[in-house]
Amino acid sequence: MKLRDLLLETNSALTANKARSGLTILGIVIGIASVIAMVSIGAGTQSTIESNIEGLGSNLLTVLPGVQQAGRAFVSAGRGSAQTLTNDDAEALKEVSGVAAISPEVSRRYQITATGNNTNSTVMGAVPAYAAVHNVAVASGTFITEQSQRSLGRVAVLGPTVAEDLFGEGVDPLGKTIRINRINFKVIGMLQTKGGSGFSNPDDMVFVPLSSMQKLLAGSDYVSSIAMTSEQKDLMASVQAEASALLTMRHRVATPDFSIISQADILGTLSQVMTAFTVFLASIAGISLVVGGIGIMNMMLTAVTERTREIGLRMALGAKRREVAAQFLAESIALTFIGGAVGIGLGWVIARLVSQLGSIATRVSPESVALAFGVAAAIGIVFGYYPARRAAKLNPIEALRHE
Amino acid sequence: MMECRDIVKTYVTGEIETHVLKRVSFAIRDGEFVAIMGPSGSGKSTLMHILGCLDVPTQGSYLLDGRDVAQLDDDELADIRNRKIGFVFQSFNLLPRASVLRNVMLPLVYAGNDARTRQGLAESALRASAFPEQFWRHKPNQLSGGMMQRVAIARALVNNPSLVLADEPTGNLDSVTGEAVLATFQRLHSEQGRTIVLITHEPYVAEHAGRIIHIQDGQIADDHEVRQRRLVRNAGI
Repeated sequence: MKLRDLLLETNSALTANKARSGLTILGIVIGIASVIAMVSIGAGTQSTIESNIEGLGSNLLTVLPGVQQAGRAFVSAGRGSAQTLTNDDAEALKEVSGVAAISPEVSRRYQITATGNNTNSTVMGAVPAYAAVHNVAVASGTFITEQSQRSLGRVAVLGPTVAEDLFGEGVDPLGKTIRINRINFKVIGMLQTKGGSGFSNPDDMVFVPLSSMQKLLAGSDYVSSIAMTSEQKDLMASVQAEASALLTMRHRVATPDFSIISQADILGTLSQVMTAFTVFLASIAGISLVVGGIGIMNMMLTAVTERTREIGLRMALGAKRREVAAQFLAESIALTFIGGAVGIGLGWVIARLVSQLGSIATRVSPESVALAFGVAAAIGIVFGYYPARRAAKLNPIEALRHE
Repeated sequence: MMECRDIVKTYVTGEIETHVLKRVSFAIRDGEFVAIMGPSGSGKSTLMHILGCLDVPTQGSYLLDGRDVAQLDDDELADIRNRKIGFVFQSFNLLPRASVLRNVMLPLVYAGNDARTRQGLAESALRASAFPEQFWRHKPNQLSGGMMQRVAIARALVNNPSLVLADEPTGNLDSVTGEAVLATFQRLHSEQGRTIVLITHEPYVAEHAGRIIHIQDGQIADDHEVRQRRLVRNAGI
C-alpha cells in the first residue's frame, strides 16, 4: 500500500462522518490551544518581570540585615526584623574595591498629609547616591542633595503617584509642604514615572534625606538596607565577597548576620518561581489535551467496531495486518495533526488577545509550538495505537460475518 | 490447479473438539466451473475459507498452483488472496464511501500497482462483468442488488486471479437478477476460461456449473459432472 493511497483512504474515512471527526478534532484543538496560550502567558510574564528587575539598576547588590538561608527564597530572610546594619557599615563599604556607589536606605510606611488629602506610602530615607544606584531621575526640582543630608533638611522628593494622591493630577507640588508623621517637609522635587518593579514602586514613594529619616522619623541609627553598584558587571562577585568579608569582620561574628543579594539572585529565584508557575499552567492545560486524546481513542474504537466488515473485506482482498493497522493509525494521527495545527493558530490568537486586552505581555515561542505539535503527534500515535492494533488483530472470517 | 489432500479442520472450544472437515480430498483443474453444494452446517463454509486462504487446515495439504498454503503465515496468505483469489460474497461487501471504480481498484491498492495501471485494469474488469459505463462513478448505494454484485465480480476479476470464489452470490438477489449474475459467471467461464468455484445450498444454482461437489457432515458425499447443465441465454438485468 502506497502512502498516497493511505492518505486517500484516511481522507475518505474522516470526511465520511464530518461531524464526528470535527468534534474529535475540537477536543485536540482546545487542548493544544490552551497549552500554547498558557505557556505564552507564562513566558511573557516571566520576561516582563525580568526586564523590570533589570530596570531596578544593573550591577546592583543589596545588603540586608538578617540571614538568608541557602535554598530559600530571599523573601523568607526576615528582612527588616533584624537591625544590624549601620551608617558606619555603609561608610566602610566605600573602601571595597570596584564599588561605584553606596546607598544606605531606611524605609517605613507613614501617613502623609497635605492640604487635606492624605495617603499611606513608603517613606524612603535616601542619600544622593540613591538616584544613580536605582536609576531614578527627577522630572522637576532636585533629588536629595548632599547639603540637605548634612543639615537634617526637612525636604522631600515625591514619586508621581504620591504627588497625584496629595495634590491632584497636573498640579506642580514643588515648594508645597507635606506632613509626614506630623512633621512638615518641603517638596523640592518630583520623580519621573518609572513603573513598578515587583517589590517596590518608586512612583509611590516619598524620599527624604537619610539623616532626617533616622533622626526625625525612625528614631534609630540603623539602616534597612544598603544598596551598592559595582563598576563593572564582572566585578559583582568579587565586590560581593569582599563586602561580605568586611561586614563579617566589622560585626565581629563568625557567620554573617546579614545577606548580600545580587540582581542575579533575585532573577534566579524569580525565574524559578515563574518556571514553576508556567509548568503549573501548562499541566492544567495538558489535562485537556489528554481528554482530547481520549476522545480520539473513543472515536477510533467506535470506527473499528463500525467498520469490522470493511476490515474483514480488506483482509480478504489482500490487506496485510500491518496495512490495516496503518490505516487506522493514519486516521488518528491525521485527526491530531489537524487539531494541532488549528490549536496552535487558536492559541496564538488567544495569546494576542490577552496581550491586547490585559497588561500581560505574551510570547508564543517556536519551542512551545514545536512542543505542542510533538505532543499532538504523540497523542495521535499513543491513543490511536490500541484501536489500530485491535483492527489488525481481527480474524478475517469473523470480521466478514460481523453484522 | 487446486488440490485438496486429506483436509481435516478441527475447532476446539474448551474441551470439546468439533471436526468440521474429515479428510476431504479433491482437485479442480484450471478452467473448471465447480459448485460446492451442501446444507448449512455441512462444512462447506469452512471449506470455502480454506480454499480462499482465509484459514488453514488443521491437517492435510491444500496446493494452489503447486504451492502448499497450509504452512504459510498471515502476510503470505494475504499475498496469495491478493494475487490468486477473487472473492464474491453473498452480501456484496462493497465500500459504501467509494465509487464503483474505486471499489474495483481496491485489491490493486494492496498489490501496489500504480494509478494508471489500476485504472486500466479496473475498467477492463468492469467491462468483462458487463457493468454499464455510465454508473462507474456512482456510489454502491445508488445501484440495484444485481448491479452491486457485478461490481463485486469485477473486483474479484481485477487482479486476474487463478480462482474466483463465489459464496452464495445469488443469496441476496431475486431470481431474475440472480439469473443474470449466474449468466455472468457462465460467460466468464466459457469466454475467458476462468476457474470458478461457486458455494451454494440451492441445487438450482449449482446446476449452472459444470461439476457439483456435494458436502455432507464434513465429507464429500458425491462428486459428479452436471449432465443437464442450465445455460442462461439472457444476460440482461
